[in-house]
Amino acid sequence: MLPRLIPRLEKRQTPSKAMIYLSPLLAIFLTLISSVVLFLIMNVSPLEALHAFFIKPISTIYGLTELAVKATPLVLIGVALSLGFRAGVWNIGAEGQLILGGIFGGATALFFYEKTGFYIIPLILIAGVVGGMLWAGIVAFLRTKFNANEILTSLMLSYVASLLLNLLIHGPLKDPDGFNFPESRLFSDSALLPILYDGTRLHIGAIIALLAVGLGWILLSRTLLGYQIKVTGDAPAAGEYAGFSHSKIIWITLLLSGGVAGLAGAIEVSGPIGQLLPTISPGYGFTAIIVAYVGRLHPVGVLFAGLLLALTYLGGETAQISLKLPIAVTGVFQGLLLFFLLASDVLIHYRIQFGKQGAIA
Amino acid sequence: MDILIAAILTIITAATPLLFAALGELVTEKSGVLNLGIEGMMIMGAIIGFFTVHQTDSAFIAIIASMIAGALTATIFAILVLKFHASQVPTGLALTIFGIGLSALIGQSMIGVAYEGIPKIAIPGLSSIPVIGDIFFNQDGLVYFSIFMVVATMWFLNKTRAGLILRAVGDSHDAAHAMGYSVIKIRFLATLFGGAMAGVGGAYLSLAYSPLWVEGMTAGRGWIALALVVFASWRVGRVLLGAYLFGGITILQLHAQALGIAVPSQIMSMLPYLATILVLVIISRDKSKIKLNSPASLGKAFHPSR
Repeated sequence: MLPRLIPRLEKRQTPSKAMIYLSPLLAIFLTLISSVVLFLIMNVSPLEALHAFFIKPISTIYGLTELAVKATPLVLIGVALSLGFRAGVWNIGAEGQLILGGIFGGATALFFYEKTGFYIIPLILIAGVVGGMLWAGIVAFLRTKFNANEILTSLMLSYVASLLLNLLIHGPLKDPDGFNFPESRLFSDSALLPILYDGTRLHIGAIIALLAVGLGWILLSRTLLGYQIKVTGDAPAAGEYAGFSHSKIIWITLLLSGGVAGLAGAIEVSGPIGQLLPTISPGYGFTAIIVAYVGRLHPVGVLFAGLLLALTYLGGETAQISLKLPIAVTGVFQGLLLFFLLASDVLIHYRIQFGKQGAIA
Repeated sequence: MDILIAAILTIITAATPLLFAALGELVTEKSGVLNLGIEGMMIMGAIIGFFTVHQTDSAFIAIIASMIAGALTATIFAILVLKFHASQVPTGLALTIFGIGLSALIGQSMIGVAYEGIPKIAIPGLSSIPVIGDIFFNQDGLVYFSIFMVVATMWFLNKTRAGLILRAVGDSHDAAHAMGYSVIKIRFLATLFGGAMAGVGGAYLSLAYSPLWVEGMTAGRGWIALALVVFASWRVGRVLLGAYLFGGITILQLHAQALGIAVPSQIMSMLPYLATILVLVIISRDKSKIKLNSPASLGKAFHPSR
């Protein structure tokens, strides 16, 4: 055996509590370092690019409100997905559930075209929840009834959802006066979410997202259901022994995350977008998976992670305008962040050790 | 007859990328690693293959480059999962997100660039047989290669010692470790093979199936390949069958219009995804059967106790 001079991983006796919270920070740091390298390769001044990405977008009040607009769907879905991930239920198709929520919410908005009434917006939001639940319900049904892997079914349904939106936008939901463009009418004012701050796009969806954080926290830490979710994820056998129904947890977590993703979809179409378009989300449903992980599957963490990932979208747009950087940089950032987080997480259960094995037991 | 031959030819081109990717994933899974990042590795193969063919004008070099690209992408996964003990499901997802982003970044200059497609290789003599000749012996090199890989993988897994060891690692990593085999090293290699195959599958899309670069052009094929492995109950021969079955469903959307079927194109495009769900439901219904066929250590992390 060669003497071990290279660093080695040694299992910790107990998981490190500090590392659970430090790991995301380490991951952000490593992502920034690699983005400097990336910018150098792309022949862009790293300082200028980082400024355009992370500082310029939020240096104005308007920028901050835009951050909240983009964080809203991410936080909403992130909180809901965390609950499922904790229970070991892999709903990867939040994007599809978001789209269905957008379709249902959007169709409701169009149904009440040129009508007024305080009830319209609540109906749109409820329709969104129903749409998302319906889509996720299919996944739960196939999983509990036929044992079909929820990762694959929820993902396949995302592709179906986006084709369905495309179909509807070319057909029944198309703007009758739109010169055959694939988009719906602009929703009437009574179907648009109230704006919180004049002159910006900040809408009440942001408050709904904050509520979701609070409710998610209470659900997870103060209710029996939250306890069942945690036990089912950490020790499925113990959960079963305690009489927690696995199918019930699958149904609840999927309906919950689907419903919330659908709500986010309805909020998007009746908030910042204001009509139905062939694409209503730049992948919020997928990015929310990263949000959930970076936020440590905890509602409060998700709030911060949602703001961070929203910044990558916003920064991507700013850098595209000011530095002509391709928008795809955002996706690379997001992927890198999740990679580094997963790598950093090793330090929760292991410590880095130099020297001979077993030197420190 | 002509339309039938045309249909069969499109089935083959639609099936080949799935076949490559699913074959690679099958070997990876047989070693006990569940890599959900096929989509990311495929799209990296697609862009690197397309990029290279423009730089070098050589389809051969492009294909090699796409395999290397897929394997390199898989390396990230392998390091995270096998060295850093990261959980396999989120790591695979990260690989997909990262691959789609990075390929879009690399492909920025490749949008709208044309390529005539990799050349067909007619096998002398055999290709002039009516009907059969056109279908079986006048294909591009990658189609032949995909069939060769099916046979080679079948032989490797079932007839060689190395294949036996790989399966042992996938079925019981502790036993394999106790027998002195390096579980991590074998899984690393199997993951790289899966990446290389996904890479060449992606390259088939950008070099042969629709020879151009479009962002996100794999369009879920990596996930369908994943489902194909389940469909095939982890058997090589059935992967071949499954890939061609799915190829058949994919071409329905291409030929429906030619046959005058008035179904919106979006509905036809949904078919492969809906078929994947249907197949999963049919195959997964029997829990014990899945358990019997899948590698027993699939997706489980390996921690040598000493």
